[in-house]
Amino acid sequence: MLINTVMHVVLLAAAPPLMLGLIQRTKAWLTGRKGPPLLQPYYDLYKLLRKGVVLSKTTTWIFRAGPMVTLVTVLLGGLLVPFGASAAPLHFKGDVILLIYVLALGRFFTSLAALDTGSSFEGMGAAREVTFACLSEAAIMLGLLVLIKFSGSLSLNTMLRAPEEHAFAMLPVASLMLAAVGMFIVLLAENARIPVDDPATHLELTMIHEVMVLDHSGPLLALVNYGAAVKLFVFAALFLHFVPPVPMGSPALNWAVFLAEMLGVALTIGFVESLMARLRLTHVPTLLVAASLLCGFGFILMLR
Amino acid sequence: MIRLWMNLILLAVVLSGLSGAWGLLSTGGRAWGQWVASACMAVAGVMGAGAGLVALAENKTVVMQYPGVLPGMAMHLKLDALAAFFLVLVFVVGAASSIYGLGYWPQRRRRRTARKLQLVYGLMIAAMAMVTLAADAVVFLTAWEVMAVAGFFLISTEDERADTRQAGWVYLVATHVGTLSLFGVFALMHVATHSYELVAIPPADGAVVRLSIFLLALLGFGIKAGLMPLHFWLPGAHGNAPSHVSATLSGVLLKMGIYGLLRILMCLPQPPAAWGVVVLLLGASSAVLGVAFALGQHDIKRLLAYHSIENIGIILIGLGVALIGVADRHPMWVVLGMAGCLLHVWNHGLFKSLLFLGAGSVISATGSRKVDELGGLARRMPWTAGLFLLGAWAICGLPPLNGFISELLVYLGALEPATHAGVGAWAVISLAAVALAVAGALALACFVKAYGAVFLGMPRSRKALQASEVGRAMLGPMVVLGGMCLVIGLFPMVVLTPLEHAVGVWSRQMGSAERLATAVPWRMLSIAALALVAGVGLIWLVMRRTGAMRTRRAEPTWGCGYAQGTARMQYTASSLAQMLVGMLRWVLLPVQQGGATAGLFAESKRFHSEVPDLVTDRMLFRFWRWMQLRLRPMRRVQQGSIQRYLLYILLVLFGLLLTLVPVWTMVRRMLAL
Repeated sequence: MLINTVMHVVLLAAAPPLMLGLIQRTKAWLTGRKGPPLLQPYYDLYKLLRKGVVLSKTTTWIFRAGPMVTLVTVLLGGLLVPFGASAAPLHFKGDVILLIYVLALGRFFTSLAALDTGSSFEGMGAAREVTFACLSEAAIMLGLLVLIKFSGSLSLNTMLRAPEEHAFAMLPVASLMLAAVGMFIVLLAENARIPVDDPATHLELTMIHEVMVLDHSGPLLALVNYGAAVKLFVFAALFLHFVPPVPMGSPALNWAVFLAEMLGVALTIGFVESLMARLRLTHVPTLLVAASLLCGFGFILMLR
Repeated sequence: MIRLWMNLILLAVVLSGLSGAWGLLSTGGRAWGQWVASACMAVAGVMGAGAGLVALAENKTVVMQYPGVLPGMAMHLKLDALAAFFLVLVFVVGAASSIYGLGYWPQRRRRRTARKLQLVYGLMIAAMAMVTLAADAVVFLTAWEVMAVAGFFLISTEDERADTRQAGWVYLVATHVGTLSLFGVFALMHVATHSYELVAIPPADGAVVRLSIFLLALLGFGIKAGLMPLHFWLPGAHGNAPSHVSATLSGVLLKMGIYGLLRILMCLPQPPAAWGVVVLLLGASSAVLGVAFALGQHDIKRLLAYHSIENIGIILIGLGVALIGVADRHPMWVVLGMAGCLLHVWNHGLFKSLLFLGAGSVISATGSRKVDELGGLARRMPWTAGLFLLGAWAICGLPPLNGFISELLVYLGALEPATHAGVGAWAVISLAAVALAVAGALALACFVKAYGAVFLGMPRSRKALQASEVGRAMLGPMVVLGGMCLVIGLFPMVVLTPLEHAVGVWSRQMGSAERLATAVPWRMLSIAALALVAGVGLIWLVMRRTGAMRTRRAEPTWGCGYAQGTARMQYTASSLAQMLVGMLRWVLLPVQQGGATAGLFAESKRFHSEVPDLVTDRMLFRFWRWMQLRLRPMRRVQQGSIQRYLLYILLVLFGLLLTLVPVWTMVRRMLAL
């Protein structure tokens, strides 16, 4: 139990940048480039932490608080989501709602920090972020409803376990698969990945997340980037709950399977990013509505 | 002891009712009348809220009878945990707003209106307290009318402005339609119980009577609470009243509608599940549509007013879950739904009055209500900005503040059915959870927009540039309200006992309020909330200690290689909401003028967009204009001379007397002769 918790916290704190590195390597490999080293995200964080800060003259404490609050919210969210078959350190009835709302708190502060600069670019980013979140929130809720109905539980910890019994029943698996596709789209959208957003460029009029953090620099930018990596990690761990699990016995095997699955998610994201172009901004809502519909159909299949 | 608390509360009622009367003795320019009024309200507030809290903790019921007060019947007052729960809110917000008024509406500067406002304000607070204490129809309706009419005078305080007058009239019409249906409710209840007291109707009685009572109560109290299709009077009224009055109207007066609905539902045992589904769906549509309309507003107070509609929706979702639970005999749904409903009543009362007071501070510092004329106030008014942020944080239901706790209770109630398979209602209830999630995300977008446009960035006008922080009389009440939001959010266990007792009174047939302690992970919520605060504090401390932020430079905002942006180039509130308003245009029906430029050397263009209210602007006003034309011949009757009106009254009375004449008997006798 204690080892599980330690493992969870260590992974949550240390592994997220590695996942970014894996995605970058996958993309480099598929496009025939050499690509940055696997540990490049760590080097970047280290570099940023040693730099000075440039603050805009129009900003207030909210601009500085934004990255800090956002990082804490994703870390707290990470403590609520069980990694694989092992229990999460924090779990109680209704933690699933806390997860949704604590991530929303991060969005609230990131958007406010963006508006604090008074720049129209960052305003655009904030507007897009909060707009698309309204659509992905519906998809997440419907997706989680599938899991809640599936497991008869309101805690993420036990929501995961239930599928083992029905692992081969036709309808539950079908609705889980539908929800899984929907949740994968939400994963891409919420973490500013292609086809919704492009994490590799700045300063394009169609950007969402990167344009919001345009004015952050130095250690503040390090917090932002680290927070974004943690968020991707947490969402990936949450997404794994929708993939029918392989029943496992020993804790060590559980962790091994979890890591393998996370590697799989990273590779998939890399594949998607290499094979797809970014969508036109006006088409993003359509994609997110499709995600809601998929989760919604999954939900309806559970209505028996 | 409970009698003592009851008497203290009645004393507080008298004190607040008379609080403005002393000021009538003062001349316009003197301020002492206002100080006396606010002091009375403060004392009444401490006394009333304190006694209410103690009564809530004791959880006893006392009924007071005053025989012979009314012709032919006694007057009944009753204090129980449910009444005490609402009383606490009435007195806390009533006192806080009154003290705020010292700075916001000072008698020295508002000679014409201040004394009237204080007089009516005290009366309204006293009337609201009496509504919660009323145990028979006569007291209830009397207090209700005093409250409603006082509301009219408060809303039309600035009656020199045409939109204020219009808002006042619309309110007056709406509230009287509501009162009319309440007369229907109590008349039908009298038919069923043969008593004017608020007692439960025997279950054997006709289903038609009970259904009519339910529908009329939903109409009457729904108008008062601002339920979505019946909300039409609300945005104008709350937008045009003085801000501290809006705080009380939005924070407390709307809740009287919820209180009335709860009381009437207590008198209707064994409600069918369909009632719960109706309330739930009305609540869900109110929640989503209320915030959708808020997104399109440019006036900070109208925006907040639409958010009240959203929050009333959330309260009703909780009530709907509880009602379905009563019908299906699931104590857990009843307890969680009702607890969410009641706690959101308190929470919305606290954070919405905080937000209205914050908006009032902005208005008094800049003289503008239009969000697109403001900006950059966080540097000029740091306290107001911080407190408004707290309110916005809470109203979006984000942890670790109080809004999250009550929304979580509603969620738990709504998702509880999903954990029991094979229940017909669970799909409907779970979809309410989706509505709640979407409303939450929209509310977040709306407050990012409002807060960003008003407080962040650069000032968009001279008014905003020259703003400075408001005085202590205005900040003090906001600090108190914000502190309460924080305490409930960080230590939710403090509301457990009040909730248990109030829920127990409402759902006594289910008798299961004790479940609340175990049904909700109170301790874990507190731990998570504190962890959030501690985490942010820790990062801040580490950044400070390691000197990570020491080498800093202040530069203009990065202009992407171009010259520094001007305040006019900032993203405005309208542009922030543009995408969402566009997605929701099928219901919001926004009106846009101008905008598109063409050609290589485009001329300067104006762009204007607004979202008129669906019911008021698009239906009611058109209908009224049509009616006015049709009813023109009736003008002849209405000449404005008082003698004529007296004549009409005499004629009607004479006509009524004629109905007493036994015409038929007389005719028969004549024929017999």
